[in-house]
Amino acid sequence: MTLTRNVGLKGLKYRGGGPMLVWVLHRIGGLAMIVFISIHVIASFFYQQTAGDFARLVDDIYESVYFQVFIYFFVIFHALNGLRIILMDFWPKLLEYQREMIWIEWIIFIPVYGLTLFIMIQSALQAG
Amino acid sequence: MYSRPAPQIGFSFEYLMWIFTRISGLALILLAAIGIAGAFIMGARTQIDLSTLMRWTFFPNPNHVVNSNIPDVAIGWATAYWQIMQMMIVFFGATHGINGLRVVIEDYINASWFKIILRGLLLAFWIFILIVSVYVILAS
Repeated sequence: MTLTRNVGLKGLKYRGGGPMLVWVLHRIGGLAMIVFISIHVIASFFYQQTAGDFARLVDDIYESVYFQVFIYFFVIFHALNGLRIILMDFWPKLLEYQREMIWIEWIIFIPVYGLTLFIMIQSALQAG
Repeated sequence: MYSRPAPQIGFSFEYLMWIFTRISGLALILLAAIGIAGAFIMGARTQIDLSTLMRWTFFPNPNHVVNSNIPDVAIGWATAYWQIMQMMIVFFGATHGINGLRVVIEDYINASWFKIILRGLLLAFWIFILIVSVYVILAS
């Protein structure tokens, strides 16, 4: 069965709430990390074998602060959310409190990521 | 709307991968903690900065960190212990990630010849990444 009507931006009003947002971020973050880590491995290989301009270019891209800001978000979020999922799998009674667990997850995530973001941007600005 | 059937508990591939995802996720967090400790022990004396610390944590390999010039640190990492650590991180990370990609493909691609090709490509990609990274680890 396919959706025939035009949804457009009304889809944003889907009442999935916190759990759906967390699920989407977990999945997007996982896909982003596959791309990121594959580039890492292949760039390491090229740098080891050739140490040429191409390897240098790929390395400059993934060591840039713009890349790191996103990937750090995804790594920390994926790790915290994965821990939450593991806890809920091992103690299924916690499933009733998954919304509360998501609040706790954000409460842990925001300082951890915010502080690191602050340090990353500060050092990027200082480096010029 | 097609939906994936829930994995049956027992000795099935889906269930084993479900368990593996949990165990490897925990293992990656543990390995990251060990890596951060190692990076602090070896890098604190040279005033390691945060991004360098992160890079040494997850893949402590001299070919991996180019733009941060810390020659002292590279020597401490080139031991069998850290090479085995790197291999474990790569194995757990690559398998966890590619299994995740497989789950996404099972979710969004309908059963057809295209799905079979994608599964084959994923298997090839997994083996490729493992071989390349183990080569990088052992040859550096």
